[in-house]
Amino acid sequence: MTTPAPASTATVDLATRFPGVVQLDARPDYTGFIVEKDSLLEVAAAIRDEFGFDLLSSVTGVDYAPDKMEVVYHAYRTSGGPGLAFKVQVPRIDPVEVPSLIHLWPGVDLQEREVWDLLGIKFSGHPDLRRILMWEGFEGHPLRKDWKEGFYEEDVKPFKSRWPQGKFAMAEDLNPFGDNLTFPKNFEPEKWIPEGEALLYGALARYTVENEDGISSDRIVINMGPHHPSTHGVFRAVMTLEGETIKGLKPVLGYLHRNHEKIGERNTFLQNMPYTDRLDYFNSMTNNFGYALAVEKLMKIPVAERADYIRVIVSELSRIQNHFVFIGTLLNDLGAMYTPSLYAYEERELVLDIFEAISGSRMMCNYYRFGGVVRDIPDDVMQKIKDLVYERIPPKTDELDRMLSENEVLLARMRGIRMINAEDAVAYSITGPVLRAAGVPYDVRRADPYGIYDRFDFDVAVRYNGDLMDNYLIRIDEIRQSLRILDQAIRQIPQGPINSQKPAYQVRVPAGEAYGRIESPKGELGFYVLSNGKPNPWRYHVRAPSFVNVTALEKISVGTKIADFVVLLAMFDMVMGECDR
Amino acid sequence: MDSETFNLPQYEIPEDLRHAVAVTTLDRLYNWGRRSSVWPLMFGLACCAIEMIAAQTARYDMARFGMEVMRPTPRQADLLIVSGTVTKKMLPPIVRLYNQMPEPKYVVAMGACASGGGPFKEGYNVVAGIDKFLPVDVYIPGCPPTPQALIAGLIKLQEKIDRQIIKEASWYKRKVKDPNYVPVPILGPDLIDPRRAADIKAAAAQEE
Repeated sequence: MTTPAPASTATVDLATRFPGVVQLDARPDYTGFIVEKDSLLEVAAAIRDEFGFDLLSSVTGVDYAPDKMEVVYHAYRTSGGPGLAFKVQVPRIDPVEVPSLIHLWPGVDLQEREVWDLLGIKFSGHPDLRRILMWEGFEGHPLRKDWKEGFYEEDVKPFKSRWPQGKFAMAEDLNPFGDNLTFPKNFEPEKWIPEGEALLYGALARYTVENEDGISSDRIVINMGPHHPSTHGVFRAVMTLEGETIKGLKPVLGYLHRNHEKIGERNTFLQNMPYTDRLDYFNSMTNNFGYALAVEKLMKIPVAERADYIRVIVSELSRIQNHFVFIGTLLNDLGAMYTPSLYAYEERELVLDIFEAISGSRMMCNYYRFGGVVRDIPDDVMQKIKDLVYERIPPKTDELDRMLSENEVLLARMRGIRMINAEDAVAYSITGPVLRAAGVPYDVRRADPYGIYDRFDFDVAVRYNGDLMDNYLIRIDEIRQSLRILDQAIRQIPQGPINSQKPAYQVRVPAGEAYGRIESPKGELGFYVLSNGKPNPWRYHVRAPSFVNVTALEKISVGTKIADFVVLLAMFDMVMGECDR
Repeated sequence: MDSETFNLPQYEIPEDLRHAVAVTTLDRLYNWGRRSSVWPLMFGLACCAIEMIAAQTARYDMARFGMEVMRPTPRQADLLIVSGTVTKKMLPPIVRLYNQMPEPKYVVAMGACASGGGPFKEGYNVVAGIDKFLPVDVYIPGCPPTPQALIAGLIKLQEKIDRQIIKEASWYKRKVKDPNYVPVPILGPDLIDPRRAADIKAAAAQEE
């Protein structure tokens, strides 16, 4: 039985290094430090350069209505070890303003824009502070506690009308507009002039250029997405081109912004579990893991021994099928239309069969519970897993490797095409295979082990060229390492209970904060959960690897050819459900 | 279709011509052609899109029903499978894609979100069902529907196509141009449906 690790804060004494401006966060069950707003830049620079926390993993905001707002930063060392949380508190009077850290860590770009969009905290010094998930012109900042959506019924679930009365009314009937809409008083639709996308195109830096001979010419602006077969969902990139070279690029997100965080704050803790399935919909098994970890930290409960092993088994199976599908879709994007995908999906179906057998659903497994998992793996399914791990996947991985890795076209398209170097990758907070392909052996499973990953013998897959070929090969390496972990887990798994707690619809979660992070197949997936002792989380934030990784897209793509852009994008293995949340 | 079932009007065919001649109705011939080559738009929104891809792979093989040709451009597509949560921000492009599809065109709402908002219905950026904007032909329940459920839904659509009559089809009517045109919603302080502008104005004036 494993007990949750104590709140993971590194033993760094920031308060004595900066007396007066930094204080220990003394609220019960909170960790980290509170930094004065005016010295944030100075302290952050010291955290990065003196204390060595070079990877700023997550930036998010909390609305402590009615008096203050808070920005929470989580920083880690790429050499491993626990992290450091530091916070800035500002009074909740508009404009709420905090200095931007974009010059220290360019990776905060999109995350700061998100905090501005959803919470209305301005980051002074941010060069391009536009809305990111909603559109320009949208009224209000939805994650503020006093902002209410069109279908608002009550602050928290279960709603009184449904429980215990058991009445149900159509949400449409309760809203004055008869739909999920809110408009300011006396709004006149016919007089509305849409703000359009002038700001977006303005952010794309000069698209008329003066040539050396004094003749001005226009660069071509290309919109790729949101409906495009190679953007892996509803992603949109706007770029300016000179010939075939990309000169400027801005990602446009939010086309699948499903308001996970607002809905999550209305839900009870357990009700959020099925919602996490729908973040990265290829890997519901790993998403559940991150959320369960965060809430278990808050509840301070252990996980049953057998459940710990089951979690590792299903997570690694999930990673394998994710990487298979990644390779299939990558080849699609390279022009090998659909044949490699068919091979990849064949293996994926076999993994999904196992998920269906143990959880009841192919994709949306909803399999974890706080303290364990919901159902045991029966013996016959265990036998299927063994067959898959020992008989089926290894030769299929070799087959894929043999078929593709030395393919001449593949080599021509991918070898030597730069993705990102190690230094930039860390600065841009990239995690996951893309970071490791750039030569940084950073894997949360090894750097800050969660669950029982410290018991297994495996290598962190790492490659050093940082080109597209390495980004592809590292996926095959990771499949092989996952098979190693699976082999050990299958042999060691004990019999026993699968949950340390009694099954319950409502769990009691004491007040406090927790950040649970795991190595999802896409990168570091973190859940920042804040409880005030009530049945619902006060704040529920998802640090999604797809979202943070895409920050570097501009840096990576500018200067490359447009034909390579599709492949560069494919390498992030983005899933929009997780990216836009 | 064999000649026995194809010979719908029940004319007596002479014995020596039985395997060479069939008498059928124009509707039946025409619909048989259309239902066997429904080309969906290659258009994925969210989780359901993954099951849509899975439905085309070897195990489920949608090609058996003449539907495997996914077209990335709406100009060549007959069928819009709305596979996932429709957000307010994404709605204008979806309506535009629909308007760009040539008649006859069909819409399938795949999964709980596209049918009625699903688990995300209360979200501030979520449209509670694509049928608030586009005419939906088939709804497929599930979150996400399995590939089998998708194929069952598409077979339902084929049955619907089978029953259509050319003489009454709206897209062949002379006077009506673009019978299914949907005005593109506008992104304002919230989503504005141009067809409901007057309602919105009236409700906004009354709000306390």
